[in-house]
Amino acid sequence: MTPTPDAVELRVETDIVICRQAVRRLTQTLNFSLVDQTRMITAASELARNTLVYGGGGEMRWTVVQRDTRAGLRLDFEDHGEGIPDLGLALTDGWTSGGGMGLGLSGSKRLVHDFVIRSVVGEGTCVTITRWA
Amino acid sequence: MTRIPILQMGDCLLVTIQVDLQDRAAVSLQEDLANKIESSGARSVLIDISALEIVDSFIGRMLAGISGVARVLDAATVVVGMQPAVAITLVELGLSLNGVRTALNVERGMRLLRVAAEERVHDPDA
Repeated sequence: MTPTPDAVELRVETDIVICRQAVRRLTQTLNFSLVDQTRMITAASELARNTLVYGGGGEMRWTVVQRDTRAGLRLDFEDHGEGIPDLGLALTDGWTSGGGMGLGLSGSKRLVHDFVIRSVVGEGTCVTITRWA
Repeated sequence: MTRIPILQMGDCLLVTIQVDLQDRAAVSLQEDLANKIESSGARSVLIDISALEIVDSFIGRMLAGISGVARVLDAATVVVGMQPAVAITLVELGLSLNGVRTALNVERGMRLLRVAAEERVHDPDA
């Protein structure tokens, strides 16, 4: 799949850094406060690593969204990996299927206003997060 | 990959993280520090993260790992200079950095390490 210009490929570890830099740039353009920038970048960092480590790679797409006078940033992290059999369990603090701390999904959920996860076993996972400026 | 330099000042090892930390660089730093503590006999480690714009769960785990390994090797660790926005985000993320000693800045961090060293002198069992 060829990524659109509004996307960052997540294939290798250095892509996590590139993803963080892209989100920093976007949140700065949207005049996010420093704490909100940090929240969004941290959430993106967690989800990008999940896409890479658990999803076997994928991409992050971004969309600038508008609601009334408020602008926001929506990020989609999509992979075509094995999928998550039990989403409830995956969203539990401290639960991990890998070597991590089990904070990637549950923690990043707390850092954003809107968090949607869709996963189909055998097809992949897509996590969408939105934070308003 | 950029390796993070480790400076030695007396029996203290100093690390200043100036770059956006790649996962592998974080892992290397943990190993490099353990080796350096062993080879130098350093009693303390000061890690300055004032230039770090984020600390996610991976970097947090690395900081906790360094503190733990250093303690087993008989060295005290202090992490200094965390930006307020990073601290707020870290707590919301759910990371408490248990077992990691922190200080507001380098000066307070050095003082903390000095106190730890003096306690060790006065209490040979510690």
